[in-house]
Amino acid sequence: MSQSTSTMGNEKIKSSRRKFLKTAVTLAGATIGYTWLKSSKVLLFAAEPKDESLPYYGIVIDIQKCIGCGNCAKACKKENDVPVEPFFFRTWVEQYTVKNDGKVNIVSPNGGIDGFTQTVPDEDIFKSFFVPKMCNHCSKSPCTQVCPVGATYESPEGVVLIDEKYCIGCRYCVQACPYGCRFIHPVKKVANKCTLCYHRLKKGLAPACMETCPTGARMYGNLRDKKSDLVKFLKEHTTQVLRPNLNTGAKLYYNALSSEVR
Amino acid sequence: MEPHYQHLYDILAHSQGYIFPNEIDLQWGILIVVYPFITGLVAGAFILASLERVFKVKILKPTYQIALLTALSFLLVATMPLISHLSQPQRAYEIMITPHSSSAMAIFGFVYLWYLAVVLLLEIWFDYRHSMVVWSNEKKGIMKWVYKILTLGINDISPRTVQWDRKLGHIITIVGIPSAFILHGYVGFIFGSLKANPWWSSPLIPIIFLFSAMVSGIALVMLVYMIVSFFRKKVVDLNVLDTIGKYLFFILILDFTLESLDQIHRIYEAEESFEIIKLLVSGKLYLTLFVAQGLIGTIIPLITLVFLQFYKHKIKLQKTMYFIVSILVLIGVYSMRWNVVIGGQLFSKSFSGFTSFKVGLIGLDGTLMAAFWLLLPIGILTFLLWLLPPWKMVKEED
Repeated sequence: MSQSTSTMGNEKIKSSRRKFLKTAVTLAGATIGYTWLKSSKVLLFAAEPKDESLPYYGIVIDIQKCIGCGNCAKACKKENDVPVEPFFFRTWVEQYTVKNDGKVNIVSPNGGIDGFTQTVPDEDIFKSFFVPKMCNHCSKSPCTQVCPVGATYESPEGVVLIDEKYCIGCRYCVQACPYGCRFIHPVKKVANKCTLCYHRLKKGLAPACMETCPTGARMYGNLRDKKSDLVKFLKEHTTQVLRPNLNTGAKLYYNALSSEVR
Repeated sequence: MEPHYQHLYDILAHSQGYIFPNEIDLQWGILIVVYPFITGLVAGAFILASLERVFKVKILKPTYQIALLTALSFLLVATMPLISHLSQPQRAYEIMITPHSSSAMAIFGFVYLWYLAVVLLLEIWFDYRHSMVVWSNEKKGIMKWVYKILTLGINDISPRTVQWDRKLGHIITIVGIPSAFILHGYVGFIFGSLKANPWWSSPLIPIIFLFSAMVSGIALVMLVYMIVSFFRKKVVDLNVLDTIGKYLFFILILDFTLESLDQIHRIYEAEESFEIIKLLVSGKLYLTLFVAQGLIGTIIPLITLVFLQFYKHKIKLQKTMYFIVSILVLIGVYSMRWNVVIGGQLFSKSFSGFTSFKVGLIGLDGTLMAAFWLLLPIGILTFLLWLLPPWKMVKEED
């Protein structure tokens, strides 16, 4: 009797051990699989806001409010030590003029810093407007995806930043940005771009371009805070991001964006 | 004013339509044209060598070692144009120690090292070990020691060991073929995976890169074989040229078909970037795309190669034609690299205008530097052919 009990007990142990092993292997496999998928963001590249306690920034630009004064581009260069030559901009303003014949004239002389003059005669103009441009701080940003060393990254607040001490200057990120927002700093010899004035945000100050805008055409805010002005604006207006077909997860929303704009 | 700024003001004056202000400065210059051209030559030359070994194409035997040494010479230089174009070349090693897993560029160092160390060096070593042992016994003075070091102290040349050399070499060749495909297909992926650039973004780009790589590598080996024979005052075997020519013809046809498919697909789908790309190919790329790549690098060689399959009269004329064809094909593939790399940066991502590209003569990113990186492998190849002459190898029975 005792013999048989002990045999049964052994079998019980064996079967439970088998079960345990099965579960362990499944769990381990799933964990490894998950971490692998998680790390290889080539396959699964999606936004994941990390720290819930921090704000997650989004930007709104209201095209109807922009008067093309170029103060934003000027202030940005001053604030962020961007060379004054007209080849390097963290933000710039474009002037679109849609003519009666359907042709579109786009200009941005010196990024709009010196203001604009309209060269198309009034009678030929169908409509004209200004479009300020800056980094879209994409949540699925192609520029951070391609950096071979991970020198560019998304901060927990959703701001795309660059580690200047780490960038090797391969320029792959400049190629990957569909909005033309990156450049190689001619003095520092590393990639450079809009940081949403991260140094100011951290002190509770608005980015320089927004601080200086006389019409309040630019706005930033916490996308996570449903009561923020930004979220309220997004709720009340029909906004659009640039090149939505590219699925970059842009967090720069334009109000009254015309289809000519890329 | 700083010369770089002056250069940019010149370009600004020559830009057309609207381009984003940051796009005036072209990011990837002639060195990035040279880089895929060189890696393509490596992959192509290696694949030709493998054909002989794996598929036992006996007739190509005289080109086997030449092809391997050509591949090695170019591979040794392949990273140099890349590193010298970095703005922070002293940080290049970061790509090896902290690669970023989502970047298509990050694995380049590993793919490269795998190919260099595991495939090419090992294969050449197994291939030459027997001969190097014999040479180290025959030679005197410093050369004796050079060969001794190259054998890594493994001096056993019993038939059984030599047999093992061949067996292992064979296995490496088999591993090497997919590696060569990966090496160059991967280079294509670096461009093909960028959705921001419609001229690059295409799943066909890696395959096109691969086939054009094979075309260029085969043409190069044919050329090197003829030049080496000339300097050795040996007769060029026409059968060898005919066989290589046949391969070249078929792969060139495939390459041409794939590239045409890519373009036809673009034209038929006519997406939002179509208008700007149409202007690009009919304007700024006209000479390099239609004339250099299409006519000189593809159509004329194809017609000549067909002609050479039938024309069997004047041997000297046939050889001269093969010589010219190989050079034309190389010009064509170089132009293809140019059209991809430079062409892809000439139009604005606003699809509303063009920047212009003026390559400088001097400087780290200039023509002379590019020419240097293209000529250096030829110097290395000359040295390797002197150090490891295929024609002086110990003959082995098959």
